[in-house]
Amino acid sequence: MFDSPARLDPLPRLSAHGVTFGYGGPAILQGVDFAVPTGALTVLVGPNGCGKSTLLKALGRILTPQGGQVMLDGTPIGAIPTREVARRLAMLPQGPVAPEGLTVRELVAQGRYPHQSFLRQWTREDARAVDHALTLTALAGLAGRPVASLSGGQRQRAWIAMTLAQETDLILLDEPTTFLDLKVQIDVMSCLAAIARSGKTLVVVLHELNIAAAFADHLVMMRGGAIVAAGAPCAVMTPANLRNVFDLDAQVIADPASGRPVCLPRLVA
Amino acid sequence: MKALTWPALTWPALTALAGAVVLAAMWHVSVGARPVALTEVWRALVAPDPALFDHTVVRDLRLPRALSAAAVGAALAVAGALMQAVTRNPLAEPATLGLMAGASSAVVLGIGWFGLAGSAWIPLFAACGSVAAAVMVWGLAGAVPGGTRPLTLILAGSAVATFLGAIDGAVLLLDEEAFRMLRVWMVGTLSGADMDRLGYALPWGAAGMLAALAIARPLTALALGDDTAQGLGLPVARIRAVALLAVVALTAAAVSVAGLLGFVGLVIPHVVRLLAGADYARILPISALAGAAYLTAIDTVARIALAPSEVATGLMTAIIGAPVFLWLVRTRA
Repeated sequence: MFDSPARLDPLPRLSAHGVTFGYGGPAILQGVDFAVPTGALTVLVGPNGCGKSTLLKALGRILTPQGGQVMLDGTPIGAIPTREVARRLAMLPQGPVAPEGLTVRELVAQGRYPHQSFLRQWTREDARAVDHALTLTALAGLAGRPVASLSGGQRQRAWIAMTLAQETDLILLDEPTTFLDLKVQIDVMSCLAAIARSGKTLVVVLHELNIAAAFADHLVMMRGGAIVAAGAPCAVMTPANLRNVFDLDAQVIADPASGRPVCLPRLVA
Repeated sequence: MKALTWPALTWPALTALAGAVVLAAMWHVSVGARPVALTEVWRALVAPDPALFDHTVVRDLRLPRALSAAAVGAALAVAGALMQAVTRNPLAEPATLGLMAGASSAVVLGIGWFGLAGSAWIPLFAACGSVAAAVMVWGLAGAVPGGTRPLTLILAGSAVATFLGAIDGAVLLLDEEAFRMLRVWMVGTLSGADMDRLGYALPWGAAGMLAALAIARPLTALALGDDTAQGLGLPVARIRAVALLAVVALTAAAVSVAGLLGFVGLVIPHVVRLLAGADYARILPISALAGAAYLTAIDTVARIALAPSEVATGLMTAIIGAPVFLWLVRTRA
């Protein structure tokens, strides 16, 4: 999987066209154009406040852009009913908190909401989707446990399972590994990479540069509300881009095992 | 403690609670200055004989109060559960967020100034009052930097409730007649509940209850946070609005029957969540029945504890309920 950025699909299902957004103050997104590569794991990185989470929210229809357009399957996403969007695109916000007492299975079952209606209540199909999501995230054994009693990594996998139960082709995740131990970050990202390999399209906002470069099929660097560089990790993770985007003086070497770029910040002696 | 699993244990739990409501109501009806045997209560309910004085006592005097207790208990418990879900705040309920004070102020004004005692307008006054209070509370909380967080909502709620309580006090102190009528009502009582009063309030309560049950499932998803709920395709604003209208209708119904009865709306949903988990499709119906059984049993105790005089129901709910609640929180949490 580590050398397959070539499987990017030329026909994007989800794309941003000149998207601008601001919370009253200076614009957070300054006319972003971005086509999400279909069937790949795309990772957005950038310094705090660069607009990566805002772009993700605009792509997921949580925010309405003030200018420009987000297109889903060729239609402006704002013109598609909320529930219909939720059948095609799942979105996990940053740091979600589960209500006390909610079990893993109950949480994951919430992902079936867009597929249900007043007349069509819980079905065997819903149960199958929930079981499948629990299996993919290796949580089947913990299904009856309250979410609050899980470890950080298990909890994050439970939320990911909820988005999987939505059975959408497109999945957007905002910082799913923040505050997790390194080993647990690797577990969660491996899980996401496996999901992308199964044909889903993932867009993930990450904080950790080396994790991003190690798992992304497509790496996007943002700064000041604009995309500065995008492409295969080895093309994007360069000392020049790290300096431009992060003001970081670093050298980039290749991981001898995977060939993936690794960023080593230069230490002042 | 492992939560009950839906749906395996839910129907047995609901059936058991429904049985508890019936038992509590029968107990409620059988005790009093003139005790009536449970078998006779049953006969009075299923095959009344107008010639028997006991049957008249049961059907005309005691049954209305027992039914009122059950209805008010259910309404308050569901209203509390709804508010706790929508505000994601374990302390939210019609009393702590000022809605009950708004309803009671409107009723006090209606009775004190417009002489509306015992009228079908009372629930409407109560509903308008609780809407006005809700607007004030959310307005206040929203004006605070940082917006409507759980803490600011509670603070705004208690400020508004205190303010409205002072208005009630001023009205009642100036009007002896209204004071005599509403003195006990201000701490919550079911004494004097009759079929007329229950009949006026019932449409409001029923509408609120139906609206609540209709949004039970999306409420669980809404409790995951606004962004998550929106990502799941929920019409977040619409569900919020329906929940608030349901709370207003339920609060109006409860206040117009039983006055300022606190505690039930706060505690019953908590206890239900401790025992039954976090799914509102389960919490709402179980809360309704648990609230009904609890208030009916408590009102029975209120009637007989200091016989021949009576303790106000609102005092008894807290006197008995608070220690039980503390014990539950300590052992389960």
